[in-house]
Amino acid sequence: MNNRKEPYQRRKQREGGHLHLFTSNSFLSEEPEGNIFPSPSLLCCCHTGVKVKDGIWSFLLSQLEKKEKKQEEERLLRANDRGFNLSFQYANNAIRTSKYNIFTFLPLNLFEQFRRLANAYFLFLLILQMIPQVSSLSWFTTAVPLVLVLSITAAKDASDDINRHKCDKQVNNREVEVLIDGELKKEKWKDVQVGDIIKLENNEFVTADLLLLSSSEPLNLVYVETAELDGETNLKVKQALTVTGEMGDSTEALATFNGEVRCEPPNNCLDKFKGTLTVNGQAYSLDNDKVLLRGCVNASLSSFLTFWSYVIVLNTVVPISLYVSVEIIRLGNSFFIDWDRKMYYPKNDTCSSKNHHTLNEELGQIKYIFSDKTGTLTQNIMTFNKCSINGKAYGELCDFSGQRIEITEKTPRVDFSWNQLADPKFIFHDHSLVETVREGNPEVQSFFRLLALCHTVMPEEKKDGELFYQAQSPDEGALVTAARNFGFVFRSRTPETITIMEMGRKVVYELVAVLDFNNVRKRMSVIVRSPEGKTTLYCKGADTIIYERLHPSCRDLMKVTTDHLNMYAGDGLRTLVLASKDLDESYMQEWRKRHNEASTALDGREERLEELYEEIEKDMTLLGATAVEDKLQDGVPQTIEQLAKADIKIWVLTGDKQETAENIGYSCNMLREEMNDVFIVAANTAEGVREELRSARRKMCPDAAEQPSVSTSRSGLFWLKKTQTVQDEKVDGEYAMLINGHSLAFALEEDLELELLRTACMCQTVICCRVTPLQKAQVVQLVKKYKQAVTLAIGDGANDVSMIKAAHIGVGISGQEGMQAVLSSDFSFAQFRYLQRLLLVHGRWSYLRMCKFLRYFFYKNFTFTFVHFWYAFFCGFSAQTVYDEWFITLYNTVYTSLPVLALSLFDQDVNDRWSSQYPQLYAPGQQNLYFSKKAFMNLTAFSCYSSLVLYFVPWAAIHDTVRDDGKDIADYQSFALFAQTCLLIVVSIQMCLDTYHWTAVNNLFIWGSLATYFAVTFTMYSNGIFVIIPSAFPFVGTERNTLNLPNVWLTIILTSLLCILPVVAYRFIVMQIRPTINDKVRHRARKEPPPAPAPRRPARRVSTRRSGYAFAHSKGYGDLVTSQRFLMKRPVKSRVMLFSHITPAET
Amino acid sequence: MLSAGVVIPGFFVIGLAFIGIGVGLLITSRSIQVLELDYTGTETNSPCYKCTTPPVQNNCVCKLNFTIDTLFKGPVFFYYSLTNYFQSQRKYGASKDYNQLSGDLTYFKSPASDCDPYQYANGKPIVPCGSLANSMFNDTFKLYQIINGQEKLVPFDGKGIAWWTDYNIKYRNPDYSPLKNAFNDTVKPVFWSKAAYELDTSDATNNGFVNQDFLVWMRRAALPNFRKLYRRITEGDYKDGLPVGNYSLEISYNYPVISFDGTKKATFSNVSWMGGQNEFLGIAYLVIGSMCVVMSIVMLIVYAKFRFPDDD
Repeated sequence: MNNRKEPYQRRKQREGGHLHLFTSNSFLSEEPEGNIFPSPSLLCCCHTGVKVKDGIWSFLLSQLEKKEKKQEEERLLRANDRGFNLSFQYANNAIRTSKYNIFTFLPLNLFEQFRRLANAYFLFLLILQMIPQVSSLSWFTTAVPLVLVLSITAAKDASDDINRHKCDKQVNNREVEVLIDGELKKEKWKDVQVGDIIKLENNEFVTADLLLLSSSEPLNLVYVETAELDGETNLKVKQALTVTGEMGDSTEALATFNGEVRCEPPNNCLDKFKGTLTVNGQAYSLDNDKVLLRGCVNASLSSFLTFWSYVIVLNTVVPISLYVSVEIIRLGNSFFIDWDRKMYYPKNDTCSSKNHHTLNEELGQIKYIFSDKTGTLTQNIMTFNKCSINGKAYGELCDFSGQRIEITEKTPRVDFSWNQLADPKFIFHDHSLVETVREGNPEVQSFFRLLALCHTVMPEEKKDGELFYQAQSPDEGALVTAARNFGFVFRSRTPETITIMEMGRKVVYELVAVLDFNNVRKRMSVIVRSPEGKTTLYCKGADTIIYERLHPSCRDLMKVTTDHLNMYAGDGLRTLVLASKDLDESYMQEWRKRHNEASTALDGREERLEELYEEIEKDMTLLGATAVEDKLQDGVPQTIEQLAKADIKIWVLTGDKQETAENIGYSCNMLREEMNDVFIVAANTAEGVREELRSARRKMCPDAAEQPSVSTSRSGLFWLKKTQTVQDEKVDGEYAMLINGHSLAFALEEDLELELLRTACMCQTVICCRVTPLQKAQVVQLVKKYKQAVTLAIGDGANDVSMIKAAHIGVGISGQEGMQAVLSSDFSFAQFRYLQRLLLVHGRWSYLRMCKFLRYFFYKNFTFTFVHFWYAFFCGFSAQTVYDEWFITLYNTVYTSLPVLALSLFDQDVNDRWSSQYPQLYAPGQQNLYFSKKAFMNLTAFSCYSSLVLYFVPWAAIHDTVRDDGKDIADYQSFALFAQTCLLIVVSIQMCLDTYHWTAVNNLFIWGSLATYFAVTFTMYSNGIFVIIPSAFPFVGTERNTLNLPNVWLTIILTSLLCILPVVAYRFIVMQIRPTINDKVRHRARKEPPPAPAPRRPARRVSTRRSGYAFAHSKGYGDLVTSQRFLMKRPVKSRVMLFSHITPAET
Repeated sequence: MLSAGVVIPGFFVIGLAFIGIGVGLLITSRSIQVLELDYTGTETNSPCYKCTTPPVQNNCVCKLNFTIDTLFKGPVFFYYSLTNYFQSQRKYGASKDYNQLSGDLTYFKSPASDCDPYQYANGKPIVPCGSLANSMFNDTFKLYQIINGQEKLVPFDGKGIAWWTDYNIKYRNPDYSPLKNAFNDTVKPVFWSKAAYELDTSDATNNGFVNQDFLVWMRRAALPNFRKLYRRITEGDYKDGLPVGNYSLEISYNYPVISFDGTKKATFSNVSWMGGQNEFLGIAYLVIGSMCVVMSIVMLIVYAKFRFPDDD
């Protein structure tokens, strides 16, 4: 039970996934042996991972893993020189994720299984039972279930391992073109050596770390998908060194290439890479810009011993049936989750499913949820939703009274068929905008002209009229696509020109300058000259920035536009303000001259350019504003709200940039304007981070002690595990915290982690942006380590795999980003909103059922056992059992097992509707109230009482009496029958009392079990069976001589009521005096019909906070294309030039 | 399920029912007559004192005199009681061989190892083997009514004092005639003075493993203080019970109990529909019944005061 994540522990993988192609280095520095690759199944699904978008040549730098562990200072390798590279004994490239082979399977698997405490315990019991002097029961009562459990587990392990073998084989035998002795040969990936030069084609996967040598693309560029690293699905651009890029596609050149690479040994640092490439005696430095590093995760999943297994081990009264029952209950409850129609997503035919053997009762105890953003909270679809042009808002539908109409799938869409270049996937509902633009409204036209011109998108027109845009940020893509559909089609670009189709007319603009975006400017401009010779500056940017630079005449328009912006912000849309300015030709000439000078200046270049930009970007005319929706998944805000009500804290861990994350925080209601403060931690030094965390903490909780109060306690098996818990601190008001990846790196250091945890836990909402997969896992582990709370991680991409595995419960969203997250998760479904049902309904039920099961199970077994204790005083402490040996064998396996199974499979205090309606019902689970130490003490005390009644009442009733014919009744066999009948009736009634939700199965099992008891008893005590084996059935005749006496039945009634009535009275009185939330809801549920599901759409709000200008995070392609040399050397062949160059100075 | 409408009346009704049953049980129990006579012989004034003090004599006989003031209604049952005697001890209880006792001759030759240390004696198998059989109670009793100084024997009925199933199913003599031959090459239990096949010299069928006294003994008691049926008084002048008068119980004192601080008693009792006398059940019913009624009132008050369901 303690090894639910066990298959992954041994292979501390880097589930970061396949790496980038050309990069170098394998990062798993700590693993002594074996291989890493992602979870095996992951290798089978080929549509994910880093993909090459163009054919490239690359140079194998290092394989996945080193064979032997020795301190490696530096790696040295030489291209095209296998002998040299082999001398270092780098590991080969074959991966092995399987655990066993045919011969090792049995011993290894048994060894693994007996490392589970429960198995070992029962083995020990079995050995004890085989010693006749000790055993009071037959050995097979333990052996049969144990063998059953072992063989089922072994079968499961075997089938898992067969799959792993298959996957390994598939991956290892995947073919790749390797340059050997000047010839391209197909090689299997497993035979590829360090230092080989390989050729990759478009959309191929990469199974080693590579250094990019050259590319078929212009500029030696390569586009890669890095979804597995940061969750971003847009393509990333990487570039080879010039010196290697020159070799191009020439096999001869590559075959003679003798570059030597010196680089750091494998490490797990993601954002740094150091190395040099030496070609012909000339050293070129390889840094992070030249080489892509692949992500890795070294999540050490600390093996934990669950409370349940601790209970199992510590209690000698625990029979194997507990162990088996718990497994059955888990299995049953997870089937209920699988079968839940309400968690079935018809759109892509995905139902919820469960991957591993999970402790699904933990679903009812979740305290922290760690969620990915892209693809989990959001759909990763940007849509151009609304816009405000010249003071008029478009994109919204109103009915006649002016009321906003909700846009649904049935709302009629705008027909763009008049525009042959329109993107068919673009959806817009407001017809008036199309009409306006087709009427030739100049403001609307210049609005869209701006969108078509002012961007850094690259077009791709494979077939005539089939345009594809490759945008660095999806927002920008959405804007350009919008312009395209409204008749301003961005067609192609060269360094000097941009060609667009304006309402079907081809217009070529001369691109004078691009005033690029950066984080300080928060705007981007282009200066273009139209064919008519008019020079115009088009600018788009954040509203505050643009507003400062507008001409005073726009003031009225600004006001109206601001209202619209507020509305958009209230809807959680990302806004941009657009402005333009007509430029005077003479001024332009002069400005260009200064621009040239500035861009070639040796010092102060940045500042001088900045000044120039400032100068020209002023007195602009406001055109309007755009609103782009980062589409949330269905029902996300409501789900988050409900989960928050259940006192579950949600932390968003995203690879996205801060602005995007913040924006999403607002649109899914995690950040609210009413919050007292939203702290932003973005310092660049450890000290700075500490200061920011501290000041935030002091603001939230001025009275808190400087040092965190860490309580140390012991838990686990024999209290060997030391745990440290940071107590929750009370905070007045609502706060939120945003922290970026850079600060997080400092904050996760050992001396700061407690500071981070304290501050973060005081906040209602925590958002971590720009975090690496490794950091995601570290955050989860931090909370796990110090909060002793049950955590859940949910995500959809390969970059979430680490945190999914680090958390107690991992949930994968089966979305567009592939299957890695799903495969490594415990549960998976299609939509984030199902999390509500999973936790509040299924999780809560599972927890409730498991606790009920355990409480009842321990109750019945404690009671059973304690009676023996009392009897010990009356049998000379001789270990004489009170009950018939057959009864002891059958008690846990036959008489009481099925009713308690039915209880723990079907019981529910309130139905699903009420459960989701009242998230407060979830809280007891988080505090583990239903199976706390107190609850355990209570049940022990109650068992003690029951056992006293069960022993002493029958004792008092028959110790000095005789049958009504004067014969013996106080004999051992009669007393045993008497006591066991009382016991069974009492525990059955107790079961009825504990059952909230009666089903036919419950009835069948409870009454069936009692009937079975009597039937079995009468059979075993009958003459016929005694005659067959006298020594096995010595109780012959007991039931006939005992159970026909009225005083025996009177005593049974007395015993039962004496056990049950106090419970009834106690529960009744407690419920009257101090009703719990469950009591209240249950009472309501009895009176009222179940509540209807809550409506989807939240009320509209208006916000003054605006966020998310739709730019890419990084500086973009500006720097990349400033180097004219590339353009000179590699003229564009079949394709349109990718980038404009804006600084011709270098020529 | 635990609504006020069910719980409060439920408790009240159960309480009343219990009180009713309790009264009935108590009256019944009180009507049962029990007479206990301790004959351990530890006290010097006890007639059996002589049998417990050295020199120990074989076949020591002592006589206990007692008087019955009111008619002891029949049928009267005569029991012997032992205290501080742990027939419930696990090893002691297990020390027997069911196969042997059901008449399987194989086990006459090799008794089960459970019987150890009473498995073999002098190299010969013990039949019946084991501690339980070995320690069979061997005091015998004779009851006389003293009428005008004359002792009149009260006839004891020793038939049918064991369970029907024990007599007919569980214990069987080997199918041998005469029975004695089945016991060839075996020895009697070491503490026994007579072999199993000659336990009852007056009735040939009441011998071997189906001897009534043996059966009663072999049904081991659950508790350390127990009572076992010895004889019934159902015949002749005593069919309706023991009339008023003086009686004398002649005990052949064989069974030692002093060594384990036990006591021995002779008990006369009659029965009712609820079996022998037992005050506990009646009192318990009365007490629990009253408590239920009280609880129902308490719960009513609590319910009236808090009324949880309505305050939300």
